[in-house]
Amino acid sequence: MRRELHFEVVYPNSPEEVWRALTDPEELASWLMENNFSPRVGHKFQFHMKSRLGFRRAIECEVLEADEPRTLSYRWGKEGSVVTFRLEPTSEGTRLHLEHKGFGGVRGRTLAWMLGRGWKRKIFVRLPGILGPAGLRAENLSKGDGK
Amino acid sequence: MRAVRHVKKRSSRPTEDVFYAIADPTRRGLLDLLSEREESVNFLAGRFAMSRPAISQHLGVLLQARLVRARRVGRERRYRLNPRPLEEIHDWVAHYEQFWKWKLGALGEHLGKKK
Repeated sequence: MRRELHFEVVYPNSPEEVWRALTDPEELASWLMENNFSPRVGHKFQFHMKSRLGFRRAIECEVLEADEPRTLSYRWGKEGSVVTFRLEPTSEGTRLHLEHKGFGGVRGRTLAWMLGRGWKRKIFVRLPGILGPAGLRAENLSKGDGK
Repeated sequence: MRAVRHVKKRSSRPTEDVFYAIADPTRRGLLDLLSEREESVNFLAGRFAMSRPAISQHLGVLLQARLVRARRVGRERRYRLNPRPLEEIHDWVAHYEQFWKWKLGALGEHLGKKK
């Protein structure tokens, strides 16, 4: 089973702009989740998640690294996985590398499942274009959701 | 009562059983406890401030979904977690994969508005 995820996206913005989107609580809320983030190492914060299925959940996080405007890393949730953003200037803008690793344990699997349950429909409906086979599989499973 | 009927019905679709089983917070709590060690119904009933029959019903649903296994020790049954169904049906990292794809797309839209 996979234990980590990697993504790379190039945005046509300066590293400073991207950094602000990753660290300013209001900007962060507009694309990720409601939060009380602050880019200080050791700062404990929460992302607040609402799903259409009625789950409300706070994801407990802690800042591990904040090196403006290059590296931002935080511990994600009780399962203790780690999310790291690395920013690199390019001729077109900024290459953002996102790594999410350290998944493990039954609790983690269970929590992730619950989170996924709320998200997957929304994702599927809104962004069918970017989903690979994993998305289709999740949608198929949701039809057997016990209703 | 719902739980009892469900057990009797014996679904032909195992993934449905797992989803049904895990949708309930008490049962998720039971799985958490049983992930650490084997326990008896009495012990579990004490931890959840629930009656023995109520806990037994929940355990019945978990057994049906193969999420727990039971064995007899003297006069009591002891239960433990069987994580296999979760691992098998749920490539849960895939959910995060979708989540981040979606969010990185949303970040792109957000950044696009600044241009």
